[in-house]
Amino acid sequence: MARIWIKYLLLYIFVVLVQVLVLNQLQVSGYLNPYFYMLFILLLPVSTPRYLVLLLAFFTGFTIDFFTDTPGLHAAATTLLGYVRTPVLYLVSGRGSDISEYPSLKNNGLRWFLIYSVILVLAHHFFLFYMEVFSFTGFFRTLIRVIFSTILSVFVIVLSQFLIFRE
Amino acid sequence: MWSLFRYFYRHHVVILFLFLEIVGFILIFSYNSFQRAGFINSSAHITGNIYDRYSAITDYFNLSIVNRQLAEENARLRESLLAQNRIDDSTSTIAFIKPDSTGSYHFIPARVINNSVNRQHNFITLNKGARHGIRPDMGVLSTQGVAGVVSHVSDSYSVVISMLNIRWNVSAKLKRNNYFGSLTWDGKDYRYALLNEIPFHVDLMEGDTIVTSGFSSIFPEGMPLGIIESFKKEGGDNFYQIRVQLSVDFKAVTYVEVIDNRKRPELDALEKLSNNGKDLD
Repeated sequence: MARIWIKYLLLYIFVVLVQVLVLNQLQVSGYLNPYFYMLFILLLPVSTPRYLVLLLAFFTGFTIDFFTDTPGLHAAATTLLGYVRTPVLYLVSGRGSDISEYPSLKNNGLRWFLIYSVILVLAHHFFLFYMEVFSFTGFFRTLIRVIFSTILSVFVIVLSQFLIFRE
Repeated sequence: MWSLFRYFYRHHVVILFLFLEIVGFILIFSYNSFQRAGFINSSAHITGNIYDRYSAITDYFNLSIVNRQLAEENARLRESLLAQNRIDDSTSTIAFIKPDSTGSYHFIPARVINNSVNRQHNFITLNKGARHGIRPDMGVLSTQGVAGVVSHVSDSYSVVISMLNIRWNVSAKLKRNNYFGSLTWDGKDYRYALLNEIPFHVDLMEGDTIVTSGFSSIFPEGMPLGIIESFKKEGGDNFYQIRVQLSVDFKAVTYVEVIDNRKRPELDALEKLSNNGKDLD
């Protein structure tokens, strides 16, 4: 049990470092801002109590806020992700089928993981980008930013599943 | 009473969710008022250290660009010195300005340890802070022109509001005819900003240089901001819509200078005095 927690602690440190030191430095254009750190919340065990998922989500987002000088922005967006995670898990797996304890690509297959992460990342990015501009002027410009960034984020997240978390 | 507890317990997930979102929103809204001293100061200390170490490595990749920028700046400065006849060609080859000249501006060199261009509110982190004499509201120049203004300072790091921040604008003027307006970033492209409040009767040309007006005590007059890329008259407006190509390449800002205006307290005190006098503004 303790080993699992250490594993997740390392995962937390890893996703924060990748986000802050690599992806946040990738200044491609305003339209492509990939976010990776939500992977920590995506990969939490299915049996994690929901209140704990929420608290961890808020905390992870807040860590990113610390580095980007955006108080509350990532924290609020990730909390939303943490809240919709459980319904999405059941939605994607379909009624009656049992979900494996660890919602990773290896355990559930590419198709399952892709749908799971697209829905959650889209919810997160939608909230994040609209809260950042904080207005509906330029609605479509922000929408394009959301869609492009979601594609890139999901790509990075899925890629990481192939490269690093294979075992 | 029990049923109330039971109700809370049954819905504890929703309640916790709403609570955390409210906390998040309070943080975001208090950010909107731009007074975020507590947050940024606490973060600058921890995160500044990490960024500092990181940039110590990545800076090597920018060396050639930085080298070129510094050389160009040197050339520019030497030229303006020559123009003012401050170099005595006969005595020395090294440029020399009398240290006691009336210059009320003092420059503190610093290195950029973190920077972004892709958000709506971009900030720059510098590796110097209060210990080196940096205070909030000081202007920041890169080798190519105006980069931003200091917003928060910790002991050894400082956070600068980048030009690329939709909540900041700078008082600017046309170098050719001195008409002034304000330069703002629209959050779209890190290479372009908008110049507002230039009335229709002003004669404009593409390629006109935009510099700081010197009306605020933050920047001295005549610091380069950019050149006019295009302008148009929009129906129903009284002012031109002017697109300015920024002179600073924000993706490659590495070394900057923080401007310490020695006469600023005096100026601010004076302006405050005159504002108190009329109150209506």
